[in-house]
Amino acid sequence: MFKFALGRLLQAIPVLLVVITMTFMLVHSAPGGPFSADKAVPEEVLKALEAQYNLDQPLWQQYLSYLGDVVQGDMGPSFKYPGRNVNELIMSGLSTTAELGFYAMLVAIFIGVIAGVTASMRPNTMQDYVPMTAAMIGICMPSFLLGPLLVLVFGIHLEWLPVSGWNEIPGDKIMPAITLGTGYAAYIARLSRGGMLEVLSQDYIRTARAKGLSEFLIISKHALRGGLIPVVAFLGPAFAGLLGGSFVVETIFQIPGLGRFYVQAAFNRDYTMILGTTVFFATLIILFNLLSDMLAIWLNPKLRQQVRGDS
Amino acid sequence: MKQQFSASIFSLISAIALSLILTGCGSSESNVESGNRTGILHWGNGTEPQSLDPHIATGVPEHHVIVSLMEGLVHKDRETLAPVPGVAQSWTVSDDGRVYTFKLRDDARWSNGDVHNAYDYVWSWSRALQPALGNLYAYMYFPIVNAHEFYKGELTDFEQVGVKALDDLTLQVTLRNPTPFFLQLLDHYSMYPVHQATIEKFGRADERGTRWTYQGNYVGNGPFKLKSWEINRAIVVERNTYFHSNDDVKLNGIVFYPTENSTTEERMFRAGQLHYTNDVPIDKVQTYRDANNPALKVVPYLGTYFYRVNIREPHLQDKRVRRALAMTIDREQLTEHVLKAGQIPAYAMTPPNTRGYYPPVNLSFDPEAARQLMADAGYPNGEGFPATEILYNTNEGHRKVAVAIQQMWREHLNIEVKLLNQEWKVYLDSESSGDYQISRAGWIGDYVDPNNFLDMFLCDGGNNRTGWCNKEYDRLILDVAPTAKTHEERLAVFAQAEQMLMDDLPVLPIYTYTTKHLVHPSLKNISNNIMDMQRYSEIYLEGAED
Repeated sequence: MFKFALGRLLQAIPVLLVVITMTFMLVHSAPGGPFSADKAVPEEVLKALEAQYNLDQPLWQQYLSYLGDVVQGDMGPSFKYPGRNVNELIMSGLSTTAELGFYAMLVAIFIGVIAGVTASMRPNTMQDYVPMTAAMIGICMPSFLLGPLLVLVFGIHLEWLPVSGWNEIPGDKIMPAITLGTGYAAYIARLSRGGMLEVLSQDYIRTARAKGLSEFLIISKHALRGGLIPVVAFLGPAFAGLLGGSFVVETIFQIPGLGRFYVQAAFNRDYTMILGTTVFFATLIILFNLLSDMLAIWLNPKLRQQVRGDS
Repeated sequence: MKQQFSASIFSLISAIALSLILTGCGSSESNVESGNRTGILHWGNGTEPQSLDPHIATGVPEHHVIVSLMEGLVHKDRETLAPVPGVAQSWTVSDDGRVYTFKLRDDARWSNGDVHNAYDYVWSWSRALQPALGNLYAYMYFPIVNAHEFYKGELTDFEQVGVKALDDLTLQVTLRNPTPFFLQLLDHYSMYPVHQATIEKFGRADERGTRWTYQGNYVGNGPFKLKSWEINRAIVVERNTYFHSNDDVKLNGIVFYPTENSTTEERMFRAGQLHYTNDVPIDKVQTYRDANNPALKVVPYLGTYFYRVNIREPHLQDKRVRRALAMTIDREQLTEHVLKAGQIPAYAMTPPNTRGYYPPVNLSFDPEAARQLMADAGYPNGEGFPATEILYNTNEGHRKVAVAIQQMWREHLNIEVKLLNQEWKVYLDSESSGDYQISRAGWIGDYVDPNNFLDMFLCDGGNNRTGWCNKEYDRLILDVAPTAKTHEERLAVFAQAEQMLMDDLPVLPIYTYTTKHLVHPSLKNISNNIMDMQRYSEIYLEGAED
């Protein structure tokens, strides 16, 4: 297992290098610079600014010095927020986004697993169709529609929940978590239904039934572990996706997370911030994929043997 | 093992359900209710400020926060915008209008208790003019003798710039020419003083982006001081007890929210989370109007929405073509049916009643005459008119205007124009490099004077971007207007210049902006001036809920 993880981590290095190089080239080739503004920027000011951020050096030199800094963990100063550096901005948004992602994931697992398991218990009956249709709607419903709908109903008409903010008013985390989690819940429902159906047709389940065990015990004690393997494989990339894709929800609910920084950075041509967030997300995706692979191996004896055989 | 696993899943699930339900149940008072009780104003501020350093910041959200933390020599009256005393309690102007002598208050203090005097201005202004600082508003200083030379590096001795502290409480400023709007400039944040010891504690004077603007470090001289700044969450300011007129300040603090999305902002307002919104979504304006909701405040704004015409394009060089284009924009219809938020049709660059100035108007909606002009220019009934494109930055509002104008030109001139939208920075790049034919633009006044709208179109003006150049126009703006003897004479010179601009039409004025806000009824002393400037030291919250 250790060798497997190490191998995957070593593979990540060239991947990250490609990500950095491509992002660097793309941001520098995009029209418009970080300091262009509505009002004309005088030549002397532009020169002074470019010198301050080393933009007056040849591109290859900027690239090499950036690589050098990144290796040491320094993502450089933000161009848009004078006085703040990218590391600190990422850290300030990360805790919020991670918390949001975590709650959204909990919502997704909670709703998704229950719906999937319920559906798999009586396939091709109403008990299957209703949750699965709901799941389909959940997959199709974009968060920019669901979020405002929830806000209108629970925030403005019923006045049960705050319409925006994060960690400011009690209950302000509920609607963002549900909005972000619903789409993933729908996927999880479909995955867990599929997984459960396969497991429920296995002999050992028939044995359990023959023993006269209650349906609840059969599902919870025997079927769930095997049935959820596809869900676990999905969780790693899904969590990375939640972190990177929370921009819309962060905007709807006025949440100070990383997603907003990421998108604003692109609009502002905040070169270091674009690069920093991209590298950060790339690393995150690699790590979460690795984690979920390791978890899948731990859950699935067949895979475990394969890894042992390989190494 | 299996038992453990399923048990842990179920306990996890019930824990989530419980925690979600528990956190949701506490019904609490809204921001507006608690704010009215404690004197804390909750303010929708548009976007996240980039910097709170008055010599680096640009932009309206920055302006709002900085004016709560800082004060200039002079203020503007919140209704008339006439200059009123700030840190300077009085001032005199020499007979030739070039020497201003300011008498400073003796009770002015920095927010850390340090004495605040005339020497602070000399140091601060020398800092603001360091090119390395990247101050985009440095031109605010250029009316001062030798300020431009110092900024360009032609002079290195700040002693030679026309700013002198005669003693602790007397500041003398000498101008190049009489500049009737000079007092107004002093109210712009780029001319605010900064606290020397604090700046030097965190870096060099001309160093951009040091940590002096962080919470805990920031020292200002305004009615409030910085309590906290959490990026993308909120900036909180609280009462500055060292402020000279602290007894007159009614608010105990302000929370500025970066409300980037106006739809979210409007919902926050409805849910009682904001006293004041930075904007109102266009499609909501009508709803508030129909409901006769008094929260909606729409006020004319000192800004013009216009199209630049690139006269380096061969077919747009002919001013008859430009006039025909200008004459077939039905501005009344546009403002009434497309924009629908009280915008005023514009027939000149300078908004009407800019310090008593009314621009000459020789433009009207006249399709008949426009078709004749096109025929004279060689395009009878629009035939043979080359492919033309309107460039705008991606935005639903700009698109609607462009579509309407495209249709008007098709209907009245029988010409086809294409629409091209570009993302903001790409659009800026295209426009400033002259890579466009007709381009959307907007200009918001920095100070209330026609000069601010007309000096854009000087031959080498960085914001001209149209290729239009008229030496006589330059002479009027640069040489004649500054030496005019009276206010009326000066306005007449501007009228003459604007007439030249509107004869040639390198720009097609479209409408005068309005500002739209939602204001909670408990919020009092909100100003309705054309600069959308608020005096936080005068605003108060009425305790009683409506």
